[in-house]
Amino acid sequence: MSVDNYTQLGAAQIASSVRAGESSPADMVRASFKRAGEIGAGSDELNIFLHADEKASVEEAEEMQPRIRNATDIGVLAGVPVAIKDNIATLGLPTTCASKILRGYVSPFEATAVARLRANGALVVAKTNMDEFAMGSSTENSAFGPTRNPVDVRCVPGGSSGGSAAAVAAGITPIALGSETGGSVRQPAAFCGVVGVKPTYGRVSRYGLVAFASSLDQIGVLGRTVDDAALGLEAIAGFDKMDSTSSDADVPIYRLSALGKPAPEARNPDTEAIRIGRSPVPLPPPPSATTLDGVVIGKPKEYFPESLDPEIRRVCERALDRFRSMGASIRDVSLPRSPLAIPVYYILAPAEASSNLARFDGVRYGLRVDPGKGLKAMYEATRSEGFGPEVTRRILLGTYVLSAGYYDAYYKKAQAVRTLIADDFRAVFTSGVHAIFTPTTPTTAFPIGAISDPYEMYLNDIFTVTANLAGVPAISVPIGRVRRLPVGGQIITAHFDEYAMFRVAYALEAGLGAEAHQ
Amino acid sequence: MPVTRDDVLHIAELARLGIDAARADELTKELSAILSHMEVLSQVDTAAVSTTAGVGTGGTPLRPDVGVPGVPSAALASVAPAMRDGFFIVPRLATHEDSSESGA
Repeated sequence: MSVDNYTQLGAAQIASSVRAGESSPADMVRASFKRAGEIGAGSDELNIFLHADEKASVEEAEEMQPRIRNATDIGVLAGVPVAIKDNIATLGLPTTCASKILRGYVSPFEATAVARLRANGALVVAKTNMDEFAMGSSTENSAFGPTRNPVDVRCVPGGSSGGSAAAVAAGITPIALGSETGGSVRQPAAFCGVVGVKPTYGRVSRYGLVAFASSLDQIGVLGRTVDDAALGLEAIAGFDKMDSTSSDADVPIYRLSALGKPAPEARNPDTEAIRIGRSPVPLPPPPSATTLDGVVIGKPKEYFPESLDPEIRRVCERALDRFRSMGASIRDVSLPRSPLAIPVYYILAPAEASSNLARFDGVRYGLRVDPGKGLKAMYEATRSEGFGPEVTRRILLGTYVLSAGYYDAYYKKAQAVRTLIADDFRAVFTSGVHAIFTPTTPTTAFPIGAISDPYEMYLNDIFTVTANLAGVPAISVPIGRVRRLPVGGQIITAHFDEYAMFRVAYALEAGLGAEAHQ
Repeated sequence: MPVTRDDVLHIAELARLGIDAARADELTKELSAILSHMEVLSQVDTAAVSTTAGVGTGGTPLRPDVGVPGVPSAALASVAPAMRDGFFIVPRLATHEDSSESGA
């Protein structure tokens, strides 16, 4: 297999080629950087990367070569170039969260998700741009300038994982890691025409993910295809003693879900070592009229309001038709408290952020600005100079809703309404619905600089934030284009049922075929 | 429940953020506008609803009560603004010149 068509290769194809000795990991890394150069990933053009070192990446890839010749534990992502959002700690590359307060910071430890990607044979080629500390929906809040959408450079790529989505959409890497607090993987995936998955809360270790809102944060995967996202998630999922919120639930072989059958019972104990030893199982035949037989897909009315863009509605209806043609039944459902999700989220997330970001004080790491007027003045000068406007706004908002006199009215109230939102999902999934389908976003990508009102920007998360509040898994899959810009369709399933989520996603992708990008 | 300028200055001090006068005025308007959208929650009856602090399903597992190695001091020194003898060096809590201003 030639690397000339690198931008069209999925992770499984790359890994197969490398395992078979048809191409080398270094070939793939060079192809990745060649593509980055062709498309203009640099800071003066798309501004996708915050850090990339071609020479070091090629050397790392060359060091992998003997391991491929001699060993069987190469992993499902052997030789696959990957990009990592810059709030996920990596050894050897800076981790800045796109913030001046962490400019130049190189973590002395590595995130578990990154370590697992490497253990599975993946090669980290870049750290990607993002909204500062993952606070934003457009990647315009980066201290190092906005990322542009490869589909239309006048537009934002979404955010906060905009650099990771752009890297995948531009064909630089088939897989990238992002992180989610309220939709920061799925929304940019939708805006850039790629796949983005947010796993169940607890499915993936957050060790090494710089904390924003700990009751919501999850590492997610962006992929060129559903298969890329499935392989990426399978590689990083599973229990980690370094994260007390990580779950020890078994990690199925998500690719088997493409066969259109329920998850097989695990025959062996599920361990990280066993997962690293897996080869990608063969992909199934194209979908048929029975691929989704017996699957009930819920269509929640709150996510298809009268005000929804008619063209987005049209491509969503086309996706629902494909589900029907593959044997699924569509059921109208209601998630009545979902319209309250944005107010709930923008109380809880800033509240948690105001606590988590207290650690950036100029004492142990990162920026220090010392005006020579004592410790308190150093704290204030460091944080004021280090944090950008949106981070400052959210810290203040969070401090306010947690302060005496407002705690019950805002924070405690939001926690109670969060219970109701999660109850809505539980009620739908216990009523026989296997998956919920919605548009991922209410609009397509918008022009850079078009939204200046903070709350208007927050509304970008209106269809995604509920899955974070409820802790359930969700994936965005390209389902078409409106005015030449990509539209994402969202599939949400019950806690730890990523297998069913991937089953429906594989079917939708195959059922739409080329229409997914038209 | 509009936010006042004094509120902004108070919470900025709590959050250890220096805010200048012009920015304080802007933030007063911005936070008031954002919080006005939160008022809708006050109409929801949650008297009999428990609060959700997290959505993890495994509780909070305890690890064995044994010591674990910390980050080596060389690694800490590589990222710390100032260290000496394994300790982080910070400015004095207050200086004589600014003791009243710092509130210390």
